[in-house]
Amino acid sequence: MKLSLGPVLFYWDKEQLSNFYAEMSALPLDVIYLGETVCSKRRAFSLDQWLGLGRELQECSQAQLVLSSLTLIEAASELSSLRRLCDNGQLLVEANDMGAVQFLAERKLPFVGGPALNLYNGHALAQLLDSGMTRWVPPVECSAALISDVIEQVRELGRAVPEVEIFAYGHLPLAYSARCFTARAENRPKDDCQFCCINYPDGLALTSQEGQALFTINGIQTMSAEVTNLLADYSGLVACGADLLRLSPRAQGMAEVVAAYQRVRLGETPPLFVEGCNGYWHGQAGMLRVEEVGLC
Amino acid sequence: MQLVCPAGNLPALKAAVRQGADAVYVGFRDDTNARHFAGLNMDDKQFDAAVAHIRQHQRKLYVAVNTYPQPKGWERWQRAVDRAADFGVDALIAADPGVLNYASQRHPQLALHLSVQGSATHAAALEFYAQRYGIRRAVLPRVLSLAQVRQVAASSPVPIEVFGFGSLCIMAEGRCHLSSYITGESPNLCGVCSPAKAVRWSEDAEGLSARLSEVLIDRYTPDEPAGYPTLCKGRFLVGGKRFHALEEPTSLDTLDLLPELTAIGVEAVKIEGRQRSPAYVEQVTRVWRAALDAHRGAPGSFRVKEEWRQVLAGLSEGSQTTLGAYHRSWQ
Repeated sequence: MKLSLGPVLFYWDKEQLSNFYAEMSALPLDVIYLGETVCSKRRAFSLDQWLGLGRELQECSQAQLVLSSLTLIEAASELSSLRRLCDNGQLLVEANDMGAVQFLAERKLPFVGGPALNLYNGHALAQLLDSGMTRWVPPVECSAALISDVIEQVRELGRAVPEVEIFAYGHLPLAYSARCFTARAENRPKDDCQFCCINYPDGLALTSQEGQALFTINGIQTMSAEVTNLLADYSGLVACGADLLRLSPRAQGMAEVVAAYQRVRLGETPPLFVEGCNGYWHGQAGMLRVEEVGLC
Repeated sequence: MQLVCPAGNLPALKAAVRQGADAVYVGFRDDTNARHFAGLNMDDKQFDAAVAHIRQHQRKLYVAVNTYPQPKGWERWQRAVDRAADFGVDALIAADPGVLNYASQRHPQLALHLSVQGSATHAAALEFYAQRYGIRRAVLPRVLSLAQVRQVAASSPVPIEVFGFGSLCIMAEGRCHLSSYITGESPNLCGVCSPAKAVRWSEDAEGLSARLSEVLIDRYTPDEPAGYPTLCKGRFLVGGKRFHALEEPTSLDTLDLLPELTAIGVEAVKIEGRQRSPAYVEQVTRVWRAALDAHRGAPGSFRVKEEWRQVLAGLSEGSQTTLGAYHRSWQ
């Protein structure tokens, strides 16, 4: 089992990003995803700076480095940036939009199919394999049973199964909008957002009127309030055919998260229970911890 | 510009035809379409009647097979595509690359429209579907500003359809898992958002509560109008403030943009609402037909009539309408 570090989904400043990757480069990670996937206005790092960071990390880490693409492309300028990113000539790209798939296929470049691509069955996967996809990160709402079925269907179609990477830890990216909800919460227009999401390195909590944690606001992205954690489901992850586990960055404590997953993949018995949700993995509402509600 | 209207049953389809829809879109009675609601959509017998009615009045019939199949259900989606082709419909609306590939290979004569659930917001994504499956049209998600729609229409390899009126998805369609996070059922996989079976209303000293899978979506005082608890339109707490943190209950209405949409070269305008009543379809179609005809007759002097506005506001969520993402200030 490989461990990957997903792209940073929050807006962190340059110093925080640099410190974070310096710390991560010393950890036993097999893949590190770089790049901005949420909002094109966030410019802590330009494309060239991400590529420069990639070169630095290449020297001090064994990890494969991948550049993730923006998920929701709206403006013509964003499409040009996407084209440049696909033409980077250095790093493998994670496609988070069919436009990226199209650009990469035109260039005959292999790519990772990110969790924002709607790939839910073997026939759809085969279409992307034809376009050059070599690794599949299923949509976060997929269950273990669904992922197993997709892998089986790809085999039945006589196709080689790509690497499968499961979103195992972190706030789940759930939705994307034209509207910036952080700016809305601060009563600012999106066009004058003042980059206010930089003030929330772990996102902004949204609860029900009864105080129940529901979502995390992260600019135009809405994430789960709960952190998903599939460490206690490790044997199921192996059984289902996962090749990589994605750990999605949070501002604090990532080294401990990597260490916990590292111990288990080296043979330690997984914990019986961890904090955080795992409903999706078990075919239930994503927000649930199935052990707590008696479903497991 | 073509007027494409929704029908969840035969009376709605007839109402749309009666009021001048150029095309009507429908779904089969299962989870192959994105309005998989109890009692909605058509069985084979009703479908036969729908096709006959459409042909008699020389309109177009489109069928939405626009959810994402899972491996265990794949044959159901295949069958839905085959049925649509056998009925001789004028277009299949689909999103899944597997479904689009199957349809284009098996039924090359069947026109394909990329569903809004495909989340294609720009020319490069549209090129993917055009090159591989020969789509003839694409429905754009409701996340683009008018200027962005103009750019997409100018650079797209296929004609564009946009949403003109109806319930407003504030998230990019096909890219929203909020419903499955709370209820376990999602638009992509189940064809539902905030499903009715998960709704529970209750009244106590604090007011009328609307819950979804026991999560409080909103609570109303006696003088406040209560709406269906679509989870993105509830009132929540952020930073200690209680407000519609994602969106108010409101509907999209773009009558004011009709001249611009026509000038951009948008091929078709779509009315949302297969889950709504025949009376809704009848009234919305009537207003939009009148507006399109008025604009076509005298483009220079087109004005939105007050009567049209009133009718549409009366059919809108929370009696409010918005230009949505078409207008930058909404974003």
